[in-house]
Amino acid sequence: MIEALQEKKYLQFILLLIIFIFLCKVIAPSDTNWLWRLPPLLKQFPILIKDGIDYLMFEAWPISVYDPDIEEFEQKPLMRQVTRAISGFVLFMIEFVRELMLGGVKTIVSFTSWDWATENKWARWPGLPWTVVAGGAAILAYSLNGIKLALFVGAAFVYIAVFGQWEPSIQTLSFVLIAAPVAILLGLLLGIWGYKSKTVETILNPLLNVAQIVPHFSYLIPVMVFFGIGDHAGAIATIIFATPPMVRLTMLGLKKVPPEVAEAGLMSGCGNWQLMRRVLIPTARRDILIGVNQVIMQCLAMVVIASLIGAKGLGSDLLIALNRLRIGLALEIGICIVLIAIVLDRMSLAWANKQTDYFADQSFKERHKHLLLFLMVFFAGVLLAWVGSFFFKEGFNYLYLIPHNKGITTAGFWQAGVDWLWDTFFYSLKGFNEWFIVDVLIPIKNAYLSMPVVATFTLAMGVAFIVGGIRSALIVGALLLFIALTEWWDRALITTYLMSVAVVISGVIGIAMGTLCAQNKTTARVLLTLCDTFQTFPSFIYLIPVMMLFGVTDTSVLIAIVIYATIPAARYTVEGLRSVPESLHEAGSMAGVNRFQRWISIELPLSFPHMALGINQTVVFALSMVIIGAMIGTDDLGQLILGSLSDKDGVGNGLILGICVAFIGLAIDQILRTWANQRKAALGME
Amino acid sequence: MKLQTPKAFKTLVVASCMSLLSVTGAVKAADSTAPIVIPIHNWSSQVVMAYVIGGMFEKMGNNVEYVPADSQAVYESIRNGDVTISHEVWQSTFGKSFYNAMAKGGVIDAGTHSATTLEEMGVPTWVIEQDLCPGLPNWEALKDCHEAFTTPDSGGKGRWLEGPQSWHGDTMPDRVKALGLDDKWTVKFAGGADALWTELAAAKKEGRGTIVFNWTPNFTDADGFTFIEFPPYTDGCRIEDGGDGSCGSPKGWLKKAANYKFPKTHPAAYTAFSKLDFSTTQIGQMAALVDVDKMDHKDAAAQWLKDNEDVWMPWTK
Repeated sequence: MIEALQEKKYLQFILLLIIFIFLCKVIAPSDTNWLWRLPPLLKQFPILIKDGIDYLMFEAWPISVYDPDIEEFEQKPLMRQVTRAISGFVLFMIEFVRELMLGGVKTIVSFTSWDWATENKWARWPGLPWTVVAGGAAILAYSLNGIKLALFVGAAFVYIAVFGQWEPSIQTLSFVLIAAPVAILLGLLLGIWGYKSKTVETILNPLLNVAQIVPHFSYLIPVMVFFGIGDHAGAIATIIFATPPMVRLTMLGLKKVPPEVAEAGLMSGCGNWQLMRRVLIPTARRDILIGVNQVIMQCLAMVVIASLIGAKGLGSDLLIALNRLRIGLALEIGICIVLIAIVLDRMSLAWANKQTDYFADQSFKERHKHLLLFLMVFFAGVLLAWVGSFFFKEGFNYLYLIPHNKGITTAGFWQAGVDWLWDTFFYSLKGFNEWFIVDVLIPIKNAYLSMPVVATFTLAMGVAFIVGGIRSALIVGALLLFIALTEWWDRALITTYLMSVAVVISGVIGIAMGTLCAQNKTTARVLLTLCDTFQTFPSFIYLIPVMMLFGVTDTSVLIAIVIYATIPAARYTVEGLRSVPESLHEAGSMAGVNRFQRWISIELPLSFPHMALGINQTVVFALSMVIIGAMIGTDDLGQLILGSLSDKDGVGNGLILGICVAFIGLAIDQILRTWANQRKAALGME
Repeated sequence: MKLQTPKAFKTLVVASCMSLLSVTGAVKAADSTAPIVIPIHNWSSQVVMAYVIGGMFEKMGNNVEYVPADSQAVYESIRNGDVTISHEVWQSTFGKSFYNAMAKGGVIDAGTHSATTLEEMGVPTWVIEQDLCPGLPNWEALKDCHEAFTTPDSGGKGRWLEGPQSWHGDTMPDRVKALGLDDKWTVKFAGGADALWTELAAAKKEGRGTIVFNWTPNFTDADGFTFIEFPPYTDGCRIEDGGDGSCGSPKGWLKKAANYKFPKTHPAAYTAFSKLDFSTTQIGQMAALVDVDKMDHKDAAAQWLKDNEDVWMPWTK
C-alpha cells in the first residue's frame, strides 16, 4: 500500500484530496477556533511600516535648510532632501525632452530662476511645429530601417496630430523616453550582475517575483511620500514596474550563451568589459531584445496608473474622458498609447539590429544625408507654421500645433459602436450572466470561503510536497502563513477565487488560440502583435462596455482579468510549439501520425513546460489585475489596496496588501515552476 | 579728483543700500514667483475650476502649474508641499482624507464655498416617473418595492450601489440595518465613480430600477436625479458617533485646502484664494460648459473667466 503510494503520484493526490475534504467537513466555522482562522498576529505590522517611513521622511537626521520663500530656517530630514534631489533631477530630464518638442520655460528656469524667467518673458523655448517632429521621427526611422518603418512612424505621428492628441501624446512620450531607457539600463546592469554572481542571482530572483506581482497601486503611495507628486513620481513608479522583465531576460539570455562563444572571445584577448560588450551581449541579443520590448510595453501600460500620481499626458485625459463615459474619446486616446508603444518598440528594435558598416567610404553628403534631410524638414516645417499663422486666425495654428478637441474625431462612431453592441447582445448575454453568477461564481466563491485555514494549508503544502518535496512545501507554507496572520485572510481567499477562475478560462482560451495560430508563421505573428496591443491598451477603456453589458458584478471583473491574462498563455504557447524541432515533426509524420495525433502526442507534451511557464505568467497577470477588478467593485484585497489611497495608515496597508497578493502568486509560482523544471529535465530539454 | 572718489563711492553705497531695501520691501509684499501647483482630478467641474483659479492667479502675475493627481491621495501631497491647494474638498467623500492630513500637520483649511453639497443614495428621476417604487423619494417606500431593484448577485434582495468602501466606510450597510431594511436590501460597493455612471447608463437602457450613490452638483443633475429622503441627519446619529445610524446624509460643505506655507510664500494669491467662493449655480455653469457645450476644459475656463469678470475680479483686490 505504502509502496504503491510512493510510486503513483495520482494516488498521493487522491489521498490528499480525501484528507482535505475530511478537514473541511470536520472543522466548524468559529471565530475563536484557530483551525478555522488564524489570529491576526501581524495586525500591527502595517502600522509599524508606516511609522518607520514617517520617521525616515519627516524626523530622522534633521538638517537645517533655509527656505528663501518664507525666509526661515526649517528642520528637514536628510532622507527627504536626498529623495527630493533625485526627483528634481528626473523631473529636469523629463521637462527637457518635453520642452524640446512642445516648448516651455521650465528648462530655462532650471538654469536661472523663476524670478528671472518671470521678468524676462521673452526667454521661452518656442517648441517645434508638429510637422517637424513627425518628419524628424520618420527620418530617424528611415535611417534605422528603411522606408517601410519610416512610413509607419510618420503615419502614426500624423494620426496623433490630426486627432488632436498631440500635446498629451508628447507629454506621455517625453516621460516614457526617460523611464524606458533608465529601466532598460538598470535591467541590463542588474541582469549582468546577477549573471556574474550566484549570490546576487539568489537574492534577485524572489525580489523580481515580488516586484512583478505586487499590484502597482500598492507602491504608489510610498513613491509619492518618497519622491513627491509629478511626472518624476510617475516615471519612478513606471521604472519599478518595467525593470523586472528586463533583468530576468538579460540573465536568461546571458546564461544561454554557449561557453565556446565566451572562450573564443577570451582567446581573442577580450578584457572583462570587452567580453561583455562585444561577445556576450550581442550573442544574447535575442532575449535581451524581448526584454526591451517588454520594458516598452510595461511603460506604456503604466501610463494611466502613473497619471494618478502626477504624470501628465494621455493617462489623465483618459481618466477624465472615462469619468464622463466618453468611450469614443477614451478609445482614441487608447489608440494613441498603443501607437506610441509600437513606434518605440519597432524603432528600438531597428536600432539594436542595425549593423555598422566599418568599411564604407562615403562622402560628406552621403554620411550626413539624414541630418541634411532633417534640416530641410525643419526649415520647411517652420516656414509652413509661419505661413499658417497668417491663415488661421482663430487663435490656433493647425500647422504648428493642432489643439486638443480641435482635431478630427471619430468619437461619435465608436460611441455608436458601443450602443450597437449593447442593443445586439445585451438580452442574450443577460441570461448567461445570471446563470454564470448564480450557478457558477457564487458557489465557487462560497466554497473558497468555507475552507478552514488548516485545510487550505494542507492542500497547498500537500500539493507542493508531492510536486517538489519538503523544500517546496515549506516555502509555500511560509508564504501562506504570512497572509494567514494578517487580518485579510478572507479577502485573500476571494482574490484567489477570482484569480483561479480567471486563470482556468484564460489558460483554455490562450492555449487554444496559441495552438491554432502557431500552425503558420503569419498567424503566429498576427497573434503576437495582438498580444502587444492588448498588453498596452489601457484596460480601463473596455471596463465601461463590459460593465454596461454585465453590470457591476464579478462577471465583469473576470472578463477584464481574462482579456489581460490570456496574453501570456497565448504567447508562451506559440513560442513553445514553435520551439519543437522540425525533425520531430517529420519523425512523427514518418511514423504515420495525422496532424491531430501529432499535436496530442508530440507537440503538446514537448511544449508543456513552456506552457506551464505561460500559465505561471497568466497567474502573475491575473493577480496584477486585481486592482482593475477593484475599480469595478469587488470585496477582495484589491479593494483594500484602492482604499489605502485615502487611509491614514495607507503607506503600510498598501504595501502589506500588495505583498499578500504577491505571496499568493509566489506560492503558485513555486509549485508550477518546480513541476515545469522537472518535466523539462525528464524530456531532456535542459 | 582725489576727493571725488570716496564721495562717488559713498553715493554708490547709499544708492545700493536704498535699492536693496526697496527690493527686499517689494519681495515682502509681492508673491514668490515659484509656481502655485494646482491639482487636476477626473471630473469636469473640478478641472474647469482648476483652470479658472489658475487663470485668476496668472492675472495676478503668479506662475501656475497643473498636476494630475488622485483625488484621495492629493491631501498627502498638499501636506508635503508638492501640491499647493485643493479647491474642491467634498465633506463626505474627502473629509476623512482631508482631516487625516490636517491632523498630521501641513494642511490648512482655506475657507468654505457657499455651494452646499449633498451626497446620498438616490434614483434616476425616470424611475419615479415610471413608478417603479411608488412613494419615492420618501425612504419608507423602500419597504416594499425591492423586487424592482434586484440583480443576479444580490440574492433576491434589492441592491444599493454605493461608492467604494474607502469613501464612507460602512455607513450605508449600517443604515440599511438600522432602518430595518436588511431583509430586503443589500449594499454593493462599486469600485469607483465610473462604475456608478455606467450603472446609471445601463439601467436606463434596460429600463430597470437602480439605486445608486450620487452627489450634487454633478453632471448627472442634467438628466434628472432624485435623492431619497431618509430621516434627517442630526449630530451624533451615525454609529461611529454613537448613534444608531438610522439617518440620511447631512447637507455637506465644500471646502478649500492649502499647504501651510502658501499664505507666507504667496500672500496676495492666498488672500484671493481664501476669498474665492463659488455657488452651486456657478459650479454647475462650469461643468455645463464642458459636459453640455462639449468645450475643452481650458477653453471652458477661459470662457467662464471672460463672462464672469465681475465675480472674480473683486477677490483679487
